[in-house]
Amino acid sequence: MDIAYLIETVIKVVVVLLIFSALAGIGTYFERKVLAFMQRRLGPMNVGPYGLLQVAADGVKLFTKEDIIPANVVPNIFKIAPVITAATAFMAAAAIPFLPEFTLLGYTVHPIVADINIGILYILGIMGVGLYGPLLGGMASANKFSLLSAARGAAVFISYEVVTGLSILAPIMMVGSLSLIDFNKYQAGGIGDWVVWSQPVAFVLFWIAAFAETGRTPFHLIANDHEIIDGFGTEYSGMRWGLFFIGEYANMFFISFVIPLLFLGGYGDGSLLGALGLLAKMAFFFFFFLWTRAAWPDIRPDQLMWLCWKVLMPIAVINIVITGFVMMF
Amino acid sequence: MHNEQFNNRNVSESYFLVDIEDYPTDGWGRFKRVVKRTFRGELFVGLWVVLREMIKFDIHTIQYPQEKMPIGPRYRAVHEMKRLWESGTERCIGCGLCEKICISDCIRIDTKIDENSRKEVSEYSINLGRCIFCGYCAEVCPELAITHGGRYENASEQREHFVMFEDMLTPIDALKAGKQLEFEGFGAITPHEDERVKKTPLSY
Repeated sequence: MDIAYLIETVIKVVVVLLIFSALAGIGTYFERKVLAFMQRRLGPMNVGPYGLLQVAADGVKLFTKEDIIPANVVPNIFKIAPVITAATAFMAAAAIPFLPEFTLLGYTVHPIVADINIGILYILGIMGVGLYGPLLGGMASANKFSLLSAARGAAVFISYEVVTGLSILAPIMMVGSLSLIDFNKYQAGGIGDWVVWSQPVAFVLFWIAAFAETGRTPFHLIANDHEIIDGFGTEYSGMRWGLFFIGEYANMFFISFVIPLLFLGGYGDGSLLGALGLLAKMAFFFFFFLWTRAAWPDIRPDQLMWLCWKVLMPIAVINIVITGFVMMF
Repeated sequence: MHNEQFNNRNVSESYFLVDIEDYPTDGWGRFKRVVKRTFRGELFVGLWVVLREMIKFDIHTIQYPQEKMPIGPRYRAVHEMKRLWESGTERCIGCGLCEKICISDCIRIDTKIDENSRKEVSEYSINLGRCIFCGYCAEVCPELAITHGGRYENASEQREHFVMFEDMLTPIDALKAGKQLEFEGFGAITPHEDERVKKTPLSY
């Protein structure tokens, strides 16, 4: 390992961290604006032009708020839980190619921190580890609502890991690789080559599971405000709560990158148009997260479990079997 | 008259009972219901509705400190003391009826005889912390002197905050500019009263 590679990797890590921390903030702005427009409101308007500096105001508030450790919590676990959420969200980003490779000042840049050959497995695994943030935070909080949320979180994440893994298995069988770069190469020929045309069921299943993995609205029962206050975040304040928040939004962005990379052609042939296409697809999937939040109700935990184990998982298994038979003959 | 008419609460003849299917009892029925609900596409109706509202961009927000809703002329906010249009003197004659009728006991009035041997208001205050803005004072006032105004943005450091006679009185320059508004609520003269009033028998 030469020194140039090391420096390049460190720079890439820092850039990804900075960009997606900032994007998480801007994501909250977009969420508030989109939800407001869909509900015929204006959203934040007073801080800065069209409320654009609201993000900065929220950041200042989060950073300067008192960091309260309540009396009966398990202090060390309580303190480390938000870090797990944020850290795993960003760790998952290491195997995501955000853009096609490009040349900057005569130096070819690969906008992926580590092109490991088990990229998808790594991303799914790290997102699975992300479960420990809500789980430990909720259990350490000495709060019944947090405890409920932790229990729900464990149930939902573990269940939907199954759906995610199984739904993605069929495309992996077709592509024959676990690297997102290879997925992209497989679909580089244009819209006709996209995996979504041959694996529409897997696409829909993965998309549904993405809502559960990120805990967004139809499956928002981990921190369901009207039932269990803020769930695992109830006892948190200041930047510790902010880390949960950044983790959640970073996760949304990363999933929004992964879905197009897996199913919708990614950045295509690697041209500028392809890169912009990937960003546009990412923007659509991120927007869809906000869109469903405005339109759809939350479902009950038992309905969520029912959907996972009795509907989505059998469909995923059947999908794999059919794909296997088609590939065999 | 029959009782049935009172019990009929249909405000419109277009009301109808929603056709609700019976709940399925066996597994096959439940399965059919799931399939029907899944492929009816109602989730997409919801998505379309919110997207349509976003595209129409028909925003109903009133950005409050900069924009305000128009309030009705009968709105009952902080009281005002009117002046006589002709002479500019205050209309209040110090009769004390408003103090007497005030059900939350928040008006305090004190009068004295001035140098012209006329009754004059020396003290007049309304405790806005107690006032429930019922409008009885305006209704009972024989001179249309105390009325309600439209000033609803109150803030104070304590619950008992008072408004004094001088604060409520129409400024004399506002009166001269013709800006004194008559209250149209309780106790006020109705519009076009002059045309509708019948002359007393004595004038025939």
